[in-house]
Order: sequence, then structure tokens, then C-alpha cells
Amino acid sequence: MQWTKKDVLDIESLSVDEIEFIFETAFGLKEISERPIKKVPTLRGQTIVLLFLEPSTRTRVSFDIAAKRLSADSIAIAAASSSIVKGETLIDTAKNLQAMKPDILVVRHSSAGAPHLLARNLDISVVNAGDGMHAHPTQALLDMMTVKENKGRIDGLKVSIIGDIAHSRVARSNIAGFTKMGARVSVAGPPTMMPAGIEQLGAYVAPDMDAAVSEADVIILLRIQKERQRRFLFPTEREYAASYGLNAARLRRIKPDALILHPGPINRGVEIAPEAADGPHSVILDQVTNGVALRMALFYLLAGGVRDANVD
Amino acid sequence: MQMWIKGGRVLDPEEFDGPADILVEDGRIARVQPAGQGNEADFPPDAEVIDARDLLVVPGLVDMHVHLRQPGYEYKETIETGTRAAAAGGFTAVCCMPNTSPVNDSESVTRFILQEAGRLGYARVYPVGAVSVGLEGRQLAEFGDLKAAGAVGVSDDGQPVSDAQLMRRALEYARGIGICVISHCEEMALAGGAMNEGAVSTRLGLAGIPNAAESIMVMRDIALSELTSTPVHIAHVSTRQSVEAIRAAKAASIAVTAETAPHYFTLTHEAVNAYDTHAKMNPPLRTEADRQAVIAGLADGTIDAVATDHAPHGVLDKELEFDQAANGIIGLETALSLGLRLVEAGHLSLRQLVSAMSKNPARIIKKTCGLVPGLPADITLIDLSARYTYHAADGYSKARNTPFDGWQFKGRARYTIVGGQKVFDSQNHANL
Repeated sequence: MQWTKKDVLDIESLSVDEIEFIFETAFGLKEISERPIKKVPTLRGQTIVLLFLEPSTRTRVSFDIAAKRLSADSIAIAAASSSIVKGETLIDTAKNLQAMKPDILVVRHSSAGAPHLLARNLDISVVNAGDGMHAHPTQALLDMMTVKENKGRIDGLKVSIIGDIAHSRVARSNIAGFTKMGARVSVAGPPTMMPAGIEQLGAYVAPDMDAAVSEADVIILLRIQKERQRRFLFPTEREYAASYGLNAARLRRIKPDALILHPGPINRGVEIAPEAADGPHSVILDQVTNGVALRMALFYLLAGGVRDANVD
Repeated sequence: MQMWIKGGRVLDPEEFDGPADILVEDGRIARVQPAGQGNEADFPPDAEVIDARDLLVVPGLVDMHVHLRQPGYEYKETIETGTRAAAAGGFTAVCCMPNTSPVNDSESVTRFILQEAGRLGYARVYPVGAVSVGLEGRQLAEFGDLKAAGAVGVSDDGQPVSDAQLMRRALEYARGIGICVISHCEEMALAGGAMNEGAVSTRLGLAGIPNAAESIMVMRDIALSELTSTPVHIAHVSTRQSVEAIRAAKAASIAVTAETAPHYFTLTHEAVNAYDTHAKMNPPLRTEADRQAVIAGLADGTIDAVATDHAPHGVLDKELEFDQAANGIIGLETALSLGLRLVEAGHLSLRQLVSAMSKNPARIIKKTCGLVPGLPADITLIDLSARYTYHAADGYSKARNTPFDGWQFKGRARYTIVGGQKVFDSQNHANL
């Protein structure tokens, strides 16, 4: 297979074959991070700009490490140091960056659709590292990669996503991704956190928490953001943990081979009990490890993969 | 100067429908002479003849909701470009909203607008003043001064009047002054999103604005209209629930009137698709069920008027992240063609559409409008069979923010006549 996409903006625009190709590439590249010298020259001379206009540590570091392991030159720009704070428009900022001839622009932005706006206006590749409440395709891809690694498949699995579905780009991208790859996705959480028309994305609304937890092969918990309390979405963290958290009591009722995922950072004792986060079902740190390989795979495919294949 | 509008189908929804000639003298309609009555010798031989064969001759269209942006936002639109766009769309009169800079909450801004519009002469401009000083919702604007200077209504358009007591007093005070109150209905605590709340906002990850954000305020204003025995006009109705509330209020003889915009009966929230900021407006495009309800509201008279909410913006207001982009689209040059689609589809009669775009809005703002001897000769001639492709770049508006760019239409204004002067000729743009 040849990679032909210029951008990776959301899961919806990737085909099943493309997603499988990304996994295959990522599994192949994963071993590089286990070497004593964790670096290959594959993308030497390529420049990757990480434009992070919304705070992020984990995702930014993961992209940065992925670039460096492939010998690309990466440069990270944060909101506070960008010209955006001086009143420059997003398109102008990006066009100025493009004029310095990078090969890939990775963008995180608080506005849904911002990467799409950039992709329409730029010739270089754009990778969406999270846009508002819309999409976080690399997170969904690394989640699916982690499930595939542990379960051997995605097709036919039951996946439950639990928490603030309405405000979660991770939930949206995972619904799109797991559904596309043949899993059955259920969502659960308080009705204040359930967006209108979620069924039309292909998800089922679980009748209650116990059903969502006990029937699932894969349980994805979402971070509960404390500041949402002010917007009347839930009364207290205490009540959330009791009603919708994966606590010790619920942990006892999950399938013996169920996987527990969380995009991080986790709130221990709120959406996830320590026993669940640290227990045998948890693959939370595998997700982080796979994130690097997955992002290496995307860089490789976008910047170098096709060209190298053609030369050979 | 005399003008002879010859051989057209003359349609004044409340007066006349049939082949007739119209004689215009000194800017006023002098005579409407049905075909077969009298003879050509009754018309002065040196009158300017407008060949109206195959054209529909209707009272000059009135758009009771536009933003001309001047003073203050001349990079978006000016009174000149806006009124030329109006003329090109068949409108002989427009009501301009007060959210300019400075806000039109004073006699001086109203007079400036009227002077500029009068000097240009492309369309009559009826200013709408602010309900509250600075649109800030704290203190009543001077309705008396505004009315004396020529304002036909008051509205805090763009901002709702959130304080129910202010709205109540505005209605009562307006009754004493004799000025129309137009309400932008939006419950701000529920609003704050970037598009309609529903399956599309969920898919795109954009914060949603539920229907209730509008209908709650519509219901409040209906209650306040009843309380104060004062008419209230509801701007840009977009939801099924608003239509139902207004229908029930009218059945209860409450003096409420309403308008909707062509985009609400033409498009749905699906138009936002890939973050197209030309489909971003407030209120937002709604669902198909809402669109159908708006059409039904027009068909049964619940919604009195079609008004464009013509909202010109510059590229730098729209080429932005979706949630950062400005609300609104231009509409003056597409409204008639979009309205005629409803007639073509059988939802409205031609008579209903003409009423909703001329007689009804004129009545709400207490202006005369009609093809009756003695009235000002504000007349729109429509070519119902003209097929054309709309290109925003070729339009008269300074702005290009429209989701209808490239649409193919059937039916448009052929001539627009204001006070007996031809201000638009679709086949001769240069010489006017």
C-alpha cells in the first residue's frame, strides 16, 4: 500500500486500509524505542513544527520524541510564545511558518476545525493533535493500536467509553475509529455530559453504568475536568466517583480479560480508582508507549515513507 | 418626469392582480390602468416607457432587517454599497439595525444615516434605533428623539434585551412614542455556542445553541406584549417552537408579528459541514424539521415577513477558526430568488411571497406600500423566468460572505424603481 494523504485531520477521513497500514508501520517502528541508541536516520533533513496553541505536555512530548527518534528536526511553539498573542491570525502564523519550509505542521488548537482551516490554506502536511471538542485522531489511533496489540483484533469487540462524552475530542475520535474498525461502541455518563445526537455517530448509549462496565471488552475512561463543575455538569467529584467512576466495586464486575484505557492525565479516585489504574487490566502506560510509535509511523508515512518506497 | 410601465402583470396582493399599465408622475403612482380599459392615448407620449411584458410588477420590496455597517464598519459595507445591493435585489426600502459604531441610539446617528441614504437614492433607508443606550441593556434610549429624527423602530439587534423589566418598559414607552419594537430573541445563558445544537454540532465538536435559547425569549416577549398591550415584532425566527409560540399568540389575538430570513427556509445545520463560516449565523441554521416549520409559518401567515438579516463581513472576520468567526451572511441580492424557490416548490403563492416581502413588513413599520394612485412610485419588476448563476464577487455588496455563491436561480429583479427613478436594471448595470 502507498500512503497518499497529505493531512491527518480526523479519523473519519481515514479508510480502514489506511488505519491498518498505520498500525502495521507503527508496530514495525516500535522496536526502535527499545534500542540502546534510540534513533534512526530515516527523516534526516525533515523539519516538523509542533504548533501547540493549547496547553499540552504529554501529547507534545510524544510528538517531539517521535520526530527525534526518526532524526527529523522538530521545533515546538506554545501559545504564550507565538504571534497569536500579538494579534496575528492563525492562517498568517501558519503561512509564516510554512515560509520557513518545514515538512509537517502538527497543530493543537482550542477551536474545533482549526487544523482543517490550516490544511485548506497550506501546502505542507497538517497533523491534528487535538482541536477543541472535535477530534484527537492520534490518540484514537494509539488507543486502537493498544487494543489490537493486547487483543489481537478490534473487530467484534465491545468498547465502552465512560465520562464527559460531550466535551471530549478523544471520545469522538474513538467512536469514529473503533466503529470503523468493526467494534461496537457504547457510551455512558451523566446525561449532562451526553451530547445531542450521539447515536448518529454510531455509538450506543448504555442503559446504565453497570451494563457499560460489565459487558465491555475495552473500557475507556475520560478525564473529568474539575472546571466543568462550574458549568453545572455535575455536583461534586465525590458523587461523580460514586455514580460514574470505575471504582473497586465496579472493577470486580468487569470481564476477566477486559482492558482499561485512559487518555490521561488521570484523576485518581474520581473517574478511576487506583486499583483500576494500576491493576492487571490497565494498559494506560502501554498507550503512552504506543503513542510514540504511532506518531513515528504517521511522520514516516507523511514525510518519507512513500518517497523511500519509490526510490527502492 | 413621467414613466409608463407598460404591459406587465401588476400584482398588489391587497388591491389588484392582472395585466395593467402604470403611470408614474412626479415620483408617485398616478394611475393603474387594467388592460382593456382606456387606451394608449391616455398615456403621455413623451413618458419614459418601461417594457414590462413578461414581467411581474409588484410593490417595492421592503427588507425590514439589514446591517449597513455605516458608521463605523465601512470596511464591511457602506450605506452606498448596501443600498446598491438592496436595489439589485429588488428592494426599494431597507431597515438598518443600530449596531454600528457609534451605536444608533441617538438623533444624530439617525440623521447621518438618513442624509447619506437620501443623497445616494438607491433605496429608502428606515433606521432602527437602539432600545438601550449603547445596546448595553441598562437604560432606555431616547425613543422620542429617534422617532423625530426618522427612526421607524427600536431594537437591540445582535444583543437580546435580557432584562425582562427593561423589555416591558421599552414596550410601554414605545407605545407612547408610536415606534415599533423589534426583538432579537436569545436567552444568553443557553446560547454561547457556535452553531445549532444537534447531531452536526456533536460530530464537529462545536458548542451548540439549542432551540430553547430562542423560543424561551420569544415566549417571554409574547407575554410582555400581552401584559403591555403593545405590539412586538420577533426578528429572524429560526425554530419550530418559536413558530408554534407565535401561532398560538396570534390565535389569542396578541399583537405579535414575526420575520424569518431566507437562509432559515433554505438551509439546515448540515450546511456547516466542514466548518464553513459562511454557514455561521445567529440564530444558527437549524434542523430540517425547523426549516419545514418556518416554511409552514410563512404559508399560514404566522410569520409575516421575509427579511434578510443582511450581515456583511470582511474576509478577516470570516477566515478564522469557526468559533472565532463573525456571525451572519449577506442576503439582499439573493433573498428574492430564494423566496421564489418556495413559490416554485408550491409552498407559497406568489401573492403570499410578495406580501411577505413588501406589504407586511411595510405595515409593521407603519410605512405605506402598494400599487395605488397617490403612493410613492416604489416598484419592483420581477422576471420570473430569468435563469442565472449568482456570483457573490459580482455583487454590489462590499462583502462576499454568503453560502449561496455559485447557486443557480430562476427569477430575479429586472428593474427596481424608487420614487419614480430607475435605480436598478439587471441588463444595464453601468448607466445607473
